[in-house]
Amino acid sequence: MATPAIPLSTRLSARGLDGVTLLVLPAAIVLIALFVYPFGYGLWLSFRPKDGTLLGNYGKFFADPFLYDTIYTTLALAVPVTLMNLFLAVPVAFRVRLMRHQRLLTTILVLPITLGTVLVAEGMLNYFGPQGWFVRALTSTGLFNVSQIKLVHNYWGVFLSLLITGFPFTFLLTLSYVTGIDPGLEQAAATLGARAAERFRHIFLPLLVPGLAITFCLSFVQAYSVFPSAVLLGAPAGPTRVISIAAYQAAFEEYDYSMASAIAMIMGAVQLVVVVAVLAARNLFYRGPAAGAKG
Amino acid sequence: MTAVSLPSASAATTGPSALRSVGSRLWIIAVWTTVIFFIINLLGIIAAVVTSSFATRWLRSWLPSGYTTRWYVSAWEEFQLHDVLLVTFQIVGAVVMLSGLLGVPAAYAMARREFPGKKALMLLFLLPLLVPPVTFGIPLATVLYQSGVGGTMAGVILANLVPTVPFVILVMIPFIEQIDPRVEAAARVFGAGTFKMFIYVLLPLLMPGILASLLLVLVRTIAMFELTFLTAGPTSQTLVVALYYAVFAAGVRAVQSIDAMAVVYMVTTLIWLVIALRFVNPTQMVTRAKRQPAH
Amino acid sequence: MTLLSSFKSLRLEGVSRDFGVVNALRDLTLEIKRGEFVALLGPSGCGKSTALNCIAGLLPTTRGQIMLDDRRIDTLPTEDRGFGMVFQNYALFPHMTVRNNIGFGLKMRGIPKNEAAPRVEEAIRTVRLDTQAHKLPGQLSGGQQQRVAIARAIAIDPPLVLMDEPLSNLDAKLRLEMRQEIRRIHQSLGCITIYVTHDQDEALSLADRIVVLRDGAIRQVGAPEDLYARPAHLDVAEFMGFRNRINGRVQARDGNRVQLTVAGTTLDGVVQEALTGDTAIAAVRPDDMVPVAPDAHGIDTVVEAIEYRGRDFFGQARSKTGDELFFRSEQRLAPGAAVRLGAEPHRVLVYPGA
Repeated sequence: MATPAIPLSTRLSARGLDGVTLLVLPAAIVLIALFVYPFGYGLWLSFRPKDGTLLGNYGKFFADPFLYDTIYTTLALAVPVTLMNLFLAVPVAFRVRLMRHQRLLTTILVLPITLGTVLVAEGMLNYFGPQGWFVRALTSTGLFNVSQIKLVHNYWGVFLSLLITGFPFTFLLTLSYVTGIDPGLEQAAATLGARAAERFRHIFLPLLVPGLAITFCLSFVQAYSVFPSAVLLGAPAGPTRVISIAAYQAAFEEYDYSMASAIAMIMGAVQLVVVVAVLAARNLFYRGPAAGAKG
Repeated sequence: MTAVSLPSASAATTGPSALRSVGSRLWIIAVWTTVIFFIINLLGIIAAVVTSSFATRWLRSWLPSGYTTRWYVSAWEEFQLHDVLLVTFQIVGAVVMLSGLLGVPAAYAMARREFPGKKALMLLFLLPLLVPPVTFGIPLATVLYQSGVGGTMAGVILANLVPTVPFVILVMIPFIEQIDPRVEAAARVFGAGTFKMFIYVLLPLLMPGILASLLLVLVRTIAMFELTFLTAGPTSQTLVVALYYAVFAAGVRAVQSIDAMAVVYMVTTLIWLVIALRFVNPTQMVTRAKRQPAH
Repeated sequence: MTLLSSFKSLRLEGVSRDFGVVNALRDLTLEIKRGEFVALLGPSGCGKSTALNCIAGLLPTTRGQIMLDDRRIDTLPTEDRGFGMVFQNYALFPHMTVRNNIGFGLKMRGIPKNEAAPRVEEAIRTVRLDTQAHKLPGQLSGGQQQRVAIARAIAIDPPLVLMDEPLSNLDAKLRLEMRQEIRRIHQSLGCITIYVTHDQDEALSLADRIVVLRDGAIRQVGAPEDLYARPAHLDVAEFMGFRNRINGRVQARDGNRVQLTVAGTTLDGVVQEALTGDTAIAAVRPDDMVPVAPDAHGIDTVVEAIEYRGRDFFGQARSKTGDELFFRSEQRLAPGAAVRLGAEPHRVLVYPGA
């Protein structure tokens, strides 16, 4: 029995493949060419070092303290800053969620994100510099003298810049998670006798942890890839020689693209390890909707 | 997504226990003090740049000894701002147009069709937003330089498309999803062909979303440092990269001149930010695209 | 727990709540006895939810006081009042199992586990969720979530259970079932239940006493039968289903009974609220309005539409003065037919005209 042939186009569209679906192709091709391929190429290139061995670049990286110390240097900046941003963002988000006119505040906070790290770095060189307003204000209290305070061209310069550009980012992300929690849940907990601290511990925190884990990951990844402020505000030869500086120098100062790719891969791998660890921990918590379950 | 409408009854509550203890009052004061301290410093950083750019001489004092606009003239010449601005607008314009042309159709397909491999595509569109630019920028720059477009304006445009196309897609998907597909069906029933349907029905409905996402792309591309920095040559620098080199080589030129350039950059960004904020909520600058993987 | 064993009544004394210049709640004074089921009824924005939130402590009051016997409670924060509350969207904790949701209040009171467990199990049995106790709220149906919300509120043995439109998210069939359930639970507990709703059927079937609110103030308090048969004001009447409003002039009065002239014909009724002038408005339920003989007292109308609803017909007509009237009919009347509509005099409630 010959069944009437169903045209190929009909069979394809039954699986969701038709003219409209094809619209996704140009964007997908561009991203494969400009994102997936370079990544794969970089990975391949990293195993083709100048000395011809397979793992030469990686061996060199982990043998040279000038290179492998950058991992520690970067983590020593990124982890404390991210945690600090998160610890500041949560209580502030909890107060701001009750505000009716949040927009002015969120607009001010979006400024450093929009202006970007380079401008903030230039501003900070003025403001936190030895003759800047901040140091002036501190010394005018009489508690400090100028020689005691050094806030630029060292670890703290980079730390502060990551705080100033990172906090708004962390905060806005946290705020969106906090406002996603049904305020009715807190009211319900209150009617059942839970005090403010208990409401936070038993209701908000468990519901917020998955979102905070995501926030931590995104904020951490940004801080970990710090580049312009580490150069401009830090001591790029020493205490703030972060891993992206090492990668940049390999590529554009030594023109060793193979080594640069290897460093970029190591950088990506370290980020991945931290992100995967945090996300794995997140899986231990409730992850459903936090808007008060509705059937 | 981020806007939460509270039930009217609780809109005016200040949390479940409207009757506050001394401890919670202190806590509230502490939180707001932190916020205000942060904002004062943030505005101080920006004000320091602006003040310095108008200063005749500013050493060892709270305010400059006099004011002048001549630094803008000298910055304009020294840094060839005319050329830099022209290049910036050409690059930004091309990035905005291309990411709209690539991103909107792809978002339409993603929002309207279920097809095999959709999850993998979604991942492809998410990753460039989650992986920081420095990490994929170095292998990308390597590929671009090897294929001959590195250092040219085309290379800078291609590199900037990597985060902006996914950004447009992720902003547009929920926007398209909330447009009832029956509207399109109705247009077809009344005899509109695909082209007419697109021009008269779809485009007007999508316009607010397209406008919002492209304005955000515009603001982000002006401020995008890392990718442009890694792929730009001397003739394809955008304003933010030129600013970086100026700050990096500080000491060569007068600080005020660099600050004048910084103000030009700031004004360029802020004009577009102000326009963008008429159409989008500030929290969308970070959360729209970033919140997707949370679920 | 001492609250429950001894208390006799809840008193609201001049409770008011302002939002800026808006008086959301004005001078609410009410005494509720132990064991009573009171419904706060009114259209949206009438202040009923505000009243409930003030009692729960979720909103501070602007003036007045709330007393549980002789103890003033409006100065206590929500968590110290010890009332049970059922929220409109249930507000179940999505990350806790049904059992932990229900046990949350006992845990917060620091009641030891071995003492709390049997009480939780009892609450679970009361709402018949024995087989669902280990699930998360997201895995339950709407009706089951509703039961969890109720069980969570009653597990702490509250002197007062507050319910904020708890059935509005359920479908019609489930709503009827849950009504009986709520009534049964209330009777088994012997506490006070305050129930907020905009649905008059719900209020009539559940409550011992109904408080009708409008613009933040009490319009009428009474037993369901009183409210249904004798609304004190025209707006309460309209809210209770008196859909027909007929404008007329007072022609004759004899005590409570009154005769109105409406476009040349006569309508008999009873006065509900002291008449102030010679104009009056009569309110009649559609089911009491029927076609009458052409020489009987009534109103002359023209039929505009008629529809069959099973036992009889439901009609819509327009009087000579332009009033739109709804009526019940045994026969199918043709649209355009002239018909005189009348009602038993005690079903025609007369209020002062505008």
